[in-house]
Amino acid sequence: MKASLALNETAGSATLALAGRLDAYSVGRLWRDARAALTKHPNTPVTVDCSAVDYCDGAGVGLLLDLLRQPRPAGADVHIEGLAERFHRLLDQFDPKSFVETSAAPPRPGIIERAGIAGEQLWADLRGLVAFLGEASAALVHALAHPRMLRWRDILYVAEEAGVNALPIVLLIGFLMGVILAFQSAIAMKQFGAEIFVANLLSLSILRELGPLMTAILLAGRSGAAFAAEIGTMKVNQEIDALTTMGLDPVKFLVVTRVLAATAMTVPLVVFSDLIGLVGGALVMLTFEIPIATYYKQAMSFATLGDFMGGLAKAVVFGVLIAGIGCLRGLQTETGASAVGIAATSAVVSGIIMIVFVDGVFAVVYYYLGI
Amino acid sequence: MSAAAPPDAVIRVENLKTGFGDFIVHENVSFEVRRGEVFAILGGSGCGKTVLLKHMIGLYRPLAGRVLIGGEDIATSHGARRLAILKRFGVMYQLGALFGNMTLRENIRLPLEEYTDLPDEAMDLIAETKLRLVNLGGAGHRTPSEISGGMMKRAAIARALALDPEIVFLDEPSGGLDPVTSAELDELVLRLSDSLGITFVVITHELPSIFAIADRCIMLDKRAKGIIAEGRPADLRDHSPNPRVRQFFNREASESEAAA
Repeated sequence: MKASLALNETAGSATLALAGRLDAYSVGRLWRDARAALTKHPNTPVTVDCSAVDYCDGAGVGLLLDLLRQPRPAGADVHIEGLAERFHRLLDQFDPKSFVETSAAPPRPGIIERAGIAGEQLWADLRGLVAFLGEASAALVHALAHPRMLRWRDILYVAEEAGVNALPIVLLIGFLMGVILAFQSAIAMKQFGAEIFVANLLSLSILRELGPLMTAILLAGRSGAAFAAEIGTMKVNQEIDALTTMGLDPVKFLVVTRVLAATAMTVPLVVFSDLIGLVGGALVMLTFEIPIATYYKQAMSFATLGDFMGGLAKAVVFGVLIAGIGCLRGLQTETGASAVGIAATSAVVSGIIMIVFVDGVFAVVYYYLGI
Repeated sequence: MSAAAPPDAVIRVENLKTGFGDFIVHENVSFEVRRGEVFAILGGSGCGKTVLLKHMIGLYRPLAGRVLIGGEDIATSHGARRLAILKRFGVMYQLGALFGNMTLRENIRLPLEEYTDLPDEAMDLIAETKLRLVNLGGAGHRTPSEISGGMMKRAAIARALALDPEIVFLDEPSGGLDPVTSAELDELVLRLSDSLGITFVVITHELPSIFAIADRCIMLDKRAKGIIAEGRPADLRDHSPNPRVRQFFNREASESEAAA
């Protein structure tokens, strides 16, 4: 039988008759009406007649509790009648008056307090970064001084995962970058009959900037996030604790392998990216009737080995940054599934920010060094 | 559950064969769970208790045989029919499986929000009653990462009860709990089974708990890949012809088989 509600009013009292099956699916419709009936009779006693209730589970009990807990003046109490014994026992487990209406939300901190909290977080973050940097550098130097103690199998595994398996996407993006860049600039340069200088533009911008930068951003999204998620999950599963109590330093064990492998793989990936970008440009130039040999000669006469090596030097630094930040965010993971997601997100975001920032620093340094 | 009541099977497992690829966990398991009883699934580690449970709640598909909940096959039903079956039961998972990005109150409110038209303050009130049932009153604003393992189990039971389902599956409810809390949970199970007629299917190792709450039980065995005993726990302890069953109930190591 479906749940129903009827209000019988007499002078000086009111009866709220509930009937049918009171469960989570049915009481929702009755709830507001029942509350309204109480507010309609603020000063008279209200009897809730439950003699026609066939079933009353936790949700039904919730409705009765809600009616009983309403603050009423003396002599205008709400009382329950006719509720079957087995349901009454469920109701008797609770003291209705102890359920205070929960306030909607805890008060939000003011803007100054929030600014303070954000500032403190930033400070803690910076301290963590510096501490991690020191710890990781020490571990890295120790590892390079004692290469026999390194876990080469782990390093090769990470190198395959973060390097070899990243090759297809790096090639695809590098190629498309070259094609797009060549095509866009060739259209403009054609107006001046200067299509041949596209080779200059391409060789310089790809070797110095776009090759390393695009590869680094791809790796930050791919491997940085993977490191953070993997180490984060290990932390949630107490695997990091297990390493620590085995006397194995998590930084040495997890971070050094990943930083070494990722850095070692970034350099060849950038070389591939540079190469395929220039090939993409050459193919576009063919459609503008510039032969590959001409394009090659023009590019080689303009770009220097310094440009190429400068790009690779950046790649090394980017590799350290991506892997280091990914591992740091993983180690900073708090508990819970959402914390792993947060760690992966912040690994990518702070990784990309650091890449662009360091790229800017390199631009300034190269300018003053005349590279 | 009195013995005179008509055996009204609310869950029926028929010739169930389970496994993963070539690895067979259960061979031909059949039993039934009657309405309103507390039914325990027992057995040593690795005998596939949780695998059986996951077949009963429709997470895994059987290799052969079927599981009927209220007469409906859960593995082959889809859409609205499957949802209707799913709404008939609640599950407490071994590790709680609370949603980490929600508070306890929001965890319990989730099914209420999705499936009922209760007003907001009603959902809060119902969530609070569920939390009080498991002695977590006032902890609704906490997130799962802020509470202990035992509290998580209790909160998971509260969430399983959110919609007052007719069947509740509990996967090792008292594992890792102190004896007092464990006894309180037993009491809770008995009270809910008594007053609401909820059917409980409980996976457990805890002997005191088994004797306190279980009306009937089955015992699974790894070597037999199936059920080696079925009946009332006290009867099995005292009268089972199978020495492995008696060992389990009397908490003896398996070396004593030779001595017995």
